[in-house]
Amino acid sequence: MSVKQISVFLENKPGKLSEMTELLAANNIDIRALSLAETKDFGIVRMIVDDVYEAVNVLKDGEFIAKLTHVLAYAVPDEPGGLNKLLAAFNAAKVNIEYMYAFLGGEDSKHAYMIFRVSDADASAAAVAANGYKALSQDDIAKL
Amino acid sequence: MEHYYQPEIECAPREEIVRLQNERLVKQIRRVWDNVPYYRKKMEDHGVTPDDIKTVDDLHKLPFLSKSDLRDAYPYGLLGTPLRDAVRIQSTSGTTGKRVVAFYTRHDIDLWEDCCARAICAAGGTNEDVCQVSYGYGLFTGGPGLNGGSHKVGCLTVPTSSGNTDRQIMFIQDLGATILCCTPSYAAYLGERMKEMGLGPDDIPLKAGIFGAEAWSEEMRRDIQNTLGIKAYDIYGLTELSGPGVAFECSDQHGMHINEDHFIAEIIDPDTGEVLPEGTEGELVFTAIDKEAFPMIRYRTRDICSLSREKCSCGRTHVRMSKPKGRSDDMLIIRGVNVFPSQIETVLLNHGYAANYQIIVDRVNNTDTFDVQVEMTPEMFTDNVGEIESRQRDLSAGLQSMLGIKAKVSLVAPKSIVRSEGKAVRVIDKRKI
Repeated sequence: MSVKQISVFLENKPGKLSEMTELLAANNIDIRALSLAETKDFGIVRMIVDDVYEAVNVLKDGEFIAKLTHVLAYAVPDEPGGLNKLLAAFNAAKVNIEYMYAFLGGEDSKHAYMIFRVSDADASAAAVAANGYKALSQDDIAKL
Repeated sequence: MEHYYQPEIECAPREEIVRLQNERLVKQIRRVWDNVPYYRKKMEDHGVTPDDIKTVDDLHKLPFLSKSDLRDAYPYGLLGTPLRDAVRIQSTSGTTGKRVVAFYTRHDIDLWEDCCARAICAAGGTNEDVCQVSYGYGLFTGGPGLNGGSHKVGCLTVPTSSGNTDRQIMFIQDLGATILCCTPSYAAYLGERMKEMGLGPDDIPLKAGIFGAEAWSEEMRRDIQNTLGIKAYDIYGLTELSGPGVAFECSDQHGMHINEDHFIAEIIDPDTGEVLPEGTEGELVFTAIDKEAFPMIRYRTRDICSLSREKCSCGRTHVRMSKPKGRSDDMLIIRGVNVFPSQIETVLLNHGYAANYQIIVDRVNNTDTFDVQVEMTPEMFTDNVGEIESRQRDLSAGLQSMLGIKAKVSLVAPKSIVRSEGKAVRVIDKRKI
């Protein structure tokens, strides 16, 4: 069970990120989570939004390069060792993590949410589930 | 005192030079007609035969050769001798993905090295000198040409080739190099590096430099002369005609003497092809009158300059050309290397990018900077930073192998490259030469 993340190419220049967020704001798209990978001359923005397809269309119309990537999302109890237990399940399932980032839920203050980029999202989700952790669905994320 | 390598030719009376040119031209046109079907057909299409060429004054009757002919006839189509008589090739960095490959017989190498020897002597070189050749060796003509010339003069030749600047400076100091041959931008770079190392002009024995293969200004000449404590001489040439040494500066430094016993120069209107009178600025055209393997007839250099037959204080009688002002097409000379935007386009397309790019050339501390900005495409974009960077490196390596020089590649957002009237601006040359 994977979640669709939007990856956007940005030049590493002042104002480029806000150009993108302005476009999303103008189209009423809510960013749930965001992480930025940067190099010297470009960056990749990774986001979880409430309306994936609308966001992709808006970005493409705005001359951004945007791609959908399948990632895994998990709810982690916001307490010492919470993330560690989840990563132990990843280890046990022999799933390699390319990158990850976290965000906090809306009303729910008892959980943090983790996004994981892995090589084969669905197979990895099944393997981690076998070790006791169920990935969240797109709907789950939208409801947060 | 002015030094000459071949005073009897370099200072020959005008009539003697013209007599030699007439004799060699007639022979050359006959030889090309007999041996180069490609040019023979051009002559036939032009309605001219070798019988029409009796003196230099008949030169204008002959059709031009241009870079596109070299591309069409690549690689062997313009060979003027049987292949067994050719002993060497040299090559340019290439146009539109195709390099110019020039052929040499032993005789051709000999005359080329004579030309370079004349340039070294004009810069004061004798067999007492240590001549460091920091032009690239290999396919590029710079290293091999000056190397041969230096041998002929009898200098102790130090073939450092380009790069490894600290070692260059070490050799200059340890071996007592008195003459330096390289591109002007490399000479300037060497000077910068010396400053960083705390070395001044008095710490090195250099007295003269022979700099060419790229455009440089009088300001740059002054800078180099001051930092290296030398007199800087200009040298001109192109691979199609042999390499450096087609023309060179003497002590007078008002233009470069063209080696007229080997090359006849004309100035034409680049649009009409009409020959222009002496002193008028136009496109420089050369006819190589005694080269055997690669006999260029009325070859259009696309360099814009003028010719002068005014008497020169150095005693040489060969015509002088002014420093070329620019090229009559879109070719860029970056760090002494010819770069065509179309080559960059070819590499981009080969690497899966769209041909949306911009070349930005600048000169920082007297050295050319060369940036290529490429627009990212949806096809080339992935979520993986490492993969994008590795493609960026592949592209950079592809450009280097095509152009022979390194470019800094950056990826930019789609549609971000400035377009004027819908047409992308491909080249931004910020250099002030």
